[in-house]
Amino acid sequence: MNTTTLDRPVMPAIDPLALAIAGIEDVPDDSIQAVLERPAKTKELVIVNWSGDLDKVWPVLILSSTAAASGVRCRVFVTFWGLLPFVKDQKRIVGDNWMQKMLTLMQRPGIDHLKLSKMNFLGMGPWMMDSLRKKYNVASPRELLEAATAMGVEFIPCQMTMDMFGLKREDLIDEMGEPAGAATAIEIMTEADASLFI
Amino acid sequence: MAIIAIQELVDARGLSCPMPIVKTAQAIRTVPSGAFVEVLATDPGSVKDFAAWARTTGNELVEQTSDGAVYRFVLRRK
Repeated sequence: MNTTTLDRPVMPAIDPLALAIAGIEDVPDDSIQAVLERPAKTKELVIVNWSGDLDKVWPVLILSSTAAASGVRCRVFVTFWGLLPFVKDQKRIVGDNWMQKMLTLMQRPGIDHLKLSKMNFLGMGPWMMDSLRKKYNVASPRELLEAATAMGVEFIPCQMTMDMFGLKREDLIDEMGEPAGAATAIEIMTEADASLFI
Repeated sequence: MAIIAIQELVDARGLSCPMPIVKTAQAIRTVPSGAFVEVLATDPGSVKDFAAWARTTGNELVEQTSDGAVYRFVLRRK
């Protein structure tokens, strides 16, 4: 048995930058204390989930659930092809007109029906990927989606894509947040500590 | 080494990234601040990941041991 006891230095109780400024500007002690006692802002991550491919949605779900597990507020803006995996799994064909229906006929919606962006081979690729996943005990997109929503990851559907694809709020899984547009995406991305387009 | 009273055990043996972290995050929420959680994992990536997770969340990675096949982590809730 190889034992290591981690001996991490205790975090300095005082922000060195705040102290340096206080030293130069001769700030009274009590106002420094107010700055030091201000709670740290929660870190934020925004992911734009654009793709409906298995090999893109999977990392989105891995990163978002891990962010939530790490105490990072995570919001996922779900747009274009990326919206189809978030349609309820039992829905087969959605949309109002034939063109919208064609979309979901060609690409079956739902988190359990993802295709690979390469080596799909009429479903052989995803089937093999699923076998490997089980063999190596990797969590499925469905399991990760459940973990992510349970831990408070917010999924925001793109209103414009919903209109164009003929998707209604009730076609999407119940955990989806309120639909929003590009301006919302820009606002949350610019306020976040990191944002990804996947 | 001081004796530590473990309040919650997370058995993440056999699970792949990110589930050991996800399960630990869910378990640590059920214990009070200052309590200890023990995690067992077999994912070799968890060695770096638990150190990173502790730094991000502020929970303390108190102890890290391995018998070669199973990694054991002891964390103290912030």
